[in-house]
Amino acid sequence: MSFALVDCNNFYVSCERLFRPELRGRPVVVLSNNDGCAVSRSNEAKALGIKMGQPFHELRDLVAREGLIACSSNYALYADLSGRVMRTLRTMAPRIEVYSIDEAFLDLQGMQGDLEQLGREMRARVLREVGIPVGVGIAPTKTLSKLANWGAKKWPATGGVVDLRDPARQRRLLALAEVGEVWGIGRRISARLNVMDVATALQLADYDCKSLRRMFNVNVERTARELAGERCFALEDGPEPKQMIACTRSFGERKHSLQELQEAVTGYATRAAEKLRGQRQLCQALQVFIRTSPFDQRSEPYSRAVCVPLPYPSADTRDLVAAALGGLQAIYRPGPAYAKAGVVLMDFTVPGSYTPDLFAPAPRPGSDRLMAVVDAINARQGRGTIRPARLAADLGFSMKRERLSPKFTTSWSELLRVKC
Amino acid sequence: MVEARVSAGFPSPAEDYAETYLSLDELVNVRAPSVYLVRAGGDSLNGIGIYDGDVLVVDRAAVANQGEVVIALVDGEFTAKILTYDAAGRPVLMPANPHYPPISLLDGEELEVWGVVTDNLHSLRRR
Repeated sequence: MSFALVDCNNFYVSCERLFRPELRGRPVVVLSNNDGCAVSRSNEAKALGIKMGQPFHELRDLVAREGLIACSSNYALYADLSGRVMRTLRTMAPRIEVYSIDEAFLDLQGMQGDLEQLGREMRARVLREVGIPVGVGIAPTKTLSKLANWGAKKWPATGGVVDLRDPARQRRLLALAEVGEVWGIGRRISARLNVMDVATALQLADYDCKSLRRMFNVNVERTARELAGERCFALEDGPEPKQMIACTRSFGERKHSLQELQEAVTGYATRAAEKLRGQRQLCQALQVFIRTSPFDQRSEPYSRAVCVPLPYPSADTRDLVAAALGGLQAIYRPGPAYAKAGVVLMDFTVPGSYTPDLFAPAPRPGSDRLMAVVDAINARQGRGTIRPARLAADLGFSMKRERLSPKFTTSWSELLRVKC
Repeated sequence: MVEARVSAGFPSPAEDYAETYLSLDELVNVRAPSVYLVRAGGDSLNGIGIYDGDVLVVDRAAVANQGEVVIALVDGEFTAKILTYDAAGRPVLMPANPHYPPISLLDGEELEVWGVVTDNLHSLRRR
């Protein structure tokens, strides 16, 4: 039994390059919401020393000096191309778990023949048919397949495919990987491991599992077992429902007044409520936060968050907006130049699975049907057609995206133009 | 304004068959992950019925055969032309309009085909 982890190379940049050949061979970064920081980098941009998450204002001189090209994030395009990659992979393996927008685990159980050759075919087909380069890691466990994929990216001589089923090969690669490269080993855990003289993935694999469980948690233990070749994580067919929904943005321009923040927070709560209904769940609490920018020297730093329990589990936009605005009222202070706000929904439950509180106010009658109608109209007429009256017509979702490429695959008026 | 007569009474015997309909998506296979839609700009392919503003269905999974319309990268630009080969077996991109010259590749230059045009969606009412 084996897993393959297929991961798109520099995914957002690769999406931009598919339709914009002028970006090939040049340093390119894709920026986060509101053109804040680099979230995807071409190899040429990495070679310039640009770090993941580096703020764009630090990169501006590279635009003039090195010809760096910065693109706003074009999520409509990336989502479409991600779907194409996943659909292509589905035709090549019996079971697949879409792990994120640009990676998927494939269960290769029962696949006959040369699996490394299969990996090369996956890579060649996705590149040719969809137009996106991917790397493939094949191994007996998910954690090892992640590491195999890391190796495929790190060493170009592998041709983008690493087959790590051979135990001797596993140990050679594990010895080369720092423990921080291991799936599920974050910065804090790897710092603690380093203190324990566990610097490489191999040292983690060879560490006593029982002690790891005692010192950290069961997930670190399982990760070590997986590195040693023991299967602990199964393929999850289809994404599990999220346990938290966050809708947050950095503002294009600083906000000061309560009214401005109310409008933004109403927008985030509205969007978050839509997402919650999309996964057919209710939430029992939400968190609101507001903060100034850490890069702002003029304004005093201010950052507050508050958690607001709901009187009854709800996915009704009106309930969530009311709760979010109540929370905002409690943490708002006039004075600071606010740079970011957000709403996080939590404590989910499914309709019908909770016991109503006898003394709490009754849920709104007809809420389900009303929200279904609102969602249906917004799906057809565009998001925000029906919205809380506090929101302006262009909604609080509009982002600063000055370097946005066309929606090549999702808008009739923005299709790729070819010269005839 | 449209006026229609609604009859209430005997149920339509066709109702049981109502779920079958023809899909243009299916006809041009536009849901395949390898199929993209692009917009034609220019009149160099008028001779084979491709006009400015038409929507071309492009399949990246298809193999480009001699005589088919391909999207190729020429001087950094996406260009639609008919794929042919000269006597030496080198690719030549042919227009279908006498006002345009064929495009030959320089020695050592490799033709990059982005996809094969499988269908043309031409509206008769748009202009």
